[in-house]
This record gives sequence, C-alpha cells and structure tokens, in this order.
Amino acid sequence: MTATVPLSVLIVDDEAPARRRLRDVLEDVCATLPLTVAGEADHGQAALATLAREAVDVVLLDIRMPGMDGIECASHLQNLATPPAVIFTTAYDAYACQAFDLNAVDYLLKPVRAERLLRALGRAQRLTPAALASLRAAHPRPRSHLSVFEKGRIVLIPIDEILYLKAEQKYVTVRTATRDYLLEESLARLEQEFGARFLRIHRNCLVAAHRVRQIGKQPGTDEGHFLRLDGLDERLTVSRRQYSALRESLKSS
Amino acid sequence: MEKRNLNNRAAQLPNFCHLGVTLRIALAAELLVAAGVVARVADLRGFIDEFVSLSAVAQPALLLTLLALCAASRWLARLPYRNGVVATLAIGTVLPVLTAATINPPNAARPVLVGVVALFLGMALLAYFDLRGRALSPAIAEARLAALQARIRPHFLFNSINAVLSVLRGDPRRAERLLEDLAELFRALMSDARSLVPLADEIALTRAYLELEALRLGDRLRVTWHVDNMPGDALVPPLLIQPLVENAVYHGIEPSATPGEISINVYRRGDHVHIVIRNPLADEARHRKGNGIALENIRERLLLFFDLDATFKLKPMGAVYQVHIALPYTRDRHRSALRSDR
Repeated sequence: MTATVPLSVLIVDDEAPARRRLRDVLEDVCATLPLTVAGEADHGQAALATLAREAVDVVLLDIRMPGMDGIECASHLQNLATPPAVIFTTAYDAYACQAFDLNAVDYLLKPVRAERLLRALGRAQRLTPAALASLRAAHPRPRSHLSVFEKGRIVLIPIDEILYLKAEQKYVTVRTATRDYLLEESLARLEQEFGARFLRIHRNCLVAAHRVRQIGKQPGTDEGHFLRLDGLDERLTVSRRQYSALRESLKSS
Repeated sequence: MEKRNLNNRAAQLPNFCHLGVTLRIALAAELLVAAGVVARVADLRGFIDEFVSLSAVAQPALLLTLLALCAASRWLARLPYRNGVVATLAIGTVLPVLTAATINPPNAARPVLVGVVALFLGMALLAYFDLRGRALSPAIAEARLAALQARIRPHFLFNSINAVLSVLRGDPRRAERLLEDLAELFRALMSDARSLVPLADEIALTRAYLELEALRLGDRLRVTWHVDNMPGDALVPPLLIQPLVENAVYHGIEPSATPGEISINVYRRGDHVHIVIRNPLADEARHRKGNGIALENIRERLLLFFDLDATFKLKPMGAVYQVHIALPYTRDRHRSALRSDR
C-alpha cells in the first residue's frame, strides 16, 4: 500500500486496555507508515456497524470476544462491497494460530510489538473465502448470527430469531417473525453448523426446535402432516420420511 | 509465608482423628466381627443372634478405642515410632478387654479372646497403614502435587501483560502495582506445592489476581466478598481459591458481554472452614474448552492433603454455578498436611 493516503485502521477488542495498547503502538508506527485510527469497537456487531458507516482499510480483530467472536465477524465482513483487510490479534490461541499459518492469514500476538505491527500493516490483505472457510473449520463454533448484504449494508440475523430455513433453487430463505431474507449458503452446511437447534422436517426445510408449537394431520389426507411454529400462521409440510425422527427429537427435548 | 516441609520421614502413626483413618478402622473391626460369627454359626437366624450379641461388646469397645486413640493422638505422634506402635496396640487391646469384662453379656466371647483378637486386628491395621503410607510415598505425592499446582492459563498471562503495558504510559503507578500483583501470583505458582499456607495469604493472592482481571474486564467483572468472619489463620493448600476464581472469571464473566457477579464466601463452622464461590453461568460457557481441569485438579489436591476430611461439591443452580469446599480447620502445622494420616 502506498503512503500517500493514510491507512485507516479499525480496532476491535472486547478489552479496553488491549484497545488502548494497540492505539499507543499505532501512534508509534505512525511516523513510519501514515495511518489514522478510524475507530474502536468492543464487539463484533459494533465493528460491523462502524464498517457500515465508513470504509476502512484494515481491521485489527481480536479472536476471542463474547457474543460474536473475531472469526465470525470476519466472515460477515466479507459481505461488504469492498471488504477491508483483516489482521487477527490474540493473546494465545494455539489452534487458531496454526490455522492462520497454514492459510497465510496474518495475525498478531498480544502484547504486540511496533515492528511486528508495521510489517503486518504493510502487507495486510483481504481474506480469501478459502482461507476463511478453513479458519472456521479450525475454530468450530456455531455463528451467533447469519448475515446478508442488502442495499449496500450488512444485515445481521440473530440465530435466536430464526423460525425456519428453507432451501429454494440457489438460495436459502431465512424466515423470522417479521420478514424473510435470502441467504447464499447450503442448507446441509447450516444443519451441520447449528446441530440440534434446528430440526429437519422436510428435504428442503429446517425449523427452530424451540419454536415448534403444533404438529397436526394434514386435512383430507391419510398420512400427511403439517407443523406450525410460534409467531407464524404458516403451515409447513412435514415429509413422511422425517415425521418419525421429528417426533423422537421433540419427545426427547 | 510460613511453610511446612514434608521430607522423607521415617515411619509414622496415622492421625487417629482423621475421618478416613477412623472409618477404615471401624470397617475392619466390623468385618472381623462378621467373619468371626460366620465361622461359628451356619444358618442366618443364628448369624443375626450371634452378630447382635457380639456387637453388644464390639461396638462400645470400638467406639471407646477410637475415642481414646483420637484423644491420645498428639501424644502418640510425639513418641518414637516403635514406642508409638506399642502404646497404640496397648490402648487397642486393653480397652476392648476392659469393655468386654465390664459388660460381660451371656454367651459372648471371653475377655481374653477379645484381647487376642483386638491385638491381632491392631497389628494388622498398623501394618496396613504403614503399607498405605509407603504406597502414597512422599516422593510420589509430592510429584503429583507439583504437577497439579503448576498450571496457569497462558491466555490470562499474555492478556495481563498486555493490560499492564496499556496503562504503563498513562498511569505508571498503577502499572507498578499490577506488576507487583503479577509477581505475587507467579511466586505462588512456583512455591512449594507440599506446604500449606494461611487462608489470609490465599485470599490476598486472589485479590491480587482480581486486580489484574478488573483492569482487563472493567465493568463486566463484579466481585462480592464475604470474608469478614473467615479464620485467616486456617491452613489451606496453596492456590486453592485463586484457580477457582480464575475458573469463575473464565466461564462466567469472559464469555458474556453483560456484567456478571462473582461471590466469594469464606467462613468457619465448627471444625471446618467453608469456601463457597459462585459465578453466573453464561450461555456460551458450554462452548468453552478446558472446563473441569482446574476443578479436578483441586479435588485431587484436597484428597492428597486431607483424605476424606475435606469435601468438594460442584452445583449448577440454574443461571449460577457454585463450588463449595469444606476442609478441616487446622492451625497446627505439625499435625496437618500431606500424609499425616498414615
């Protein structure tokens, strides 16, 4: 990156002293590499909100944060039209560091040295989808949100608010009590990621386990069943194949 | 901090006041009585009658002997081992004989027979305690203790150093204090794992640790102390409370974005010191790895130090997780600690 326009940097860490320390070190390297601190965020959602308002060049992203962790935050970031470069920071995370090394993703170990920070900023680059996928695999934790890109901004959908996920053609429809969203992911992968939180009722449909209100017989048929969810009038079709497995998992929960 | 070393010592009598020792003696005596009855009668009805009538002598004799041994245990421990053994056997033989002679129920064993049986039982038990002591040899127990103690989460260490660096420029005095806290923590981590420390020292260490965490976590960490009535002079294993509080922070505070409260309650009730630590149970705590290592570690150390005299209970109570430790209140460093129950 050239030094004509100062590099804008966003600091994301849940611990205030850690953010302050990064600010100090950024000020120290400022003389060598012109940069501005675009802002600070103390958790993943706040970082995404800041990025929705203004574009930055580099995000210094702590991995371990309450709620949305750094790796999940990085994956939502990729929805932006021009995603910023990401440099992960961590105090200690043997597994994550191994994954970073394998995927040539840059990371800084806290406490961060000025020289090391300078080097990382100098060659900071965007995450590739492949690198991100392997980071997620090395850090298997279900996301706290799904994200879609709409009208130039990232929209976060809390997992708790999702009623059902339905696959159609190329997309997955994500239904909440208020509206639905189109997501470019595979239903099978979502099922794998969130495990028992969602139940499969049909080849193309997963429903939120804790929102199931009623299962009934489809009127006018012998074997067909339907299912209704809290806060939704829609009757969802339960396939014959999934019916008994569904009863089992509802009984045991 | 005052310490007590446990070097390789010569053979030693068990501490007859320890619950573990008492239970083992009582169990052995009851089994012997039952075995004796089985040898004499064939049918069940006869067994019950005989057992009841023998117990009428055996129970009071056992109780009296255990009480006497506990009362004399300080004196016995001061004797050279050989004399201690003789004195113990004397108590363990004479008291049952006297009991049998006093009660003298019809159709029970004669006092002389009681004496012989009690003497052999006493010898067998002392041999057992000696063997058990050798099996839990100081070297092995010490190595286990050292391995159990030297653990700190690297995550905490590096985050703390980072936090101290962050205040170094703005508030050098605070940075100094925090480095002192960190030094204190490390001194404890590297201290002699075999020694017991006063409870007040362990609480001071926990406070130093929480100072460091308060800097990192800010408002998210709230701590309530109920230690006004604690016996500060009670001796506890080093690093008993701090790791539990560290665990509480790791599982209850760190994973949650909202503030949470840890409460630390230390008090004495009767002969026992109680330590109760509570933390909120964050939803995400379930995803955190490493749960249970610190707890297992402390459970094992309590067992090594106090055998059955200490209890360690974990209780998830809805949104709150509680750890409750009860351990014997000891101040006398010569009678407490590792392997004194040999």
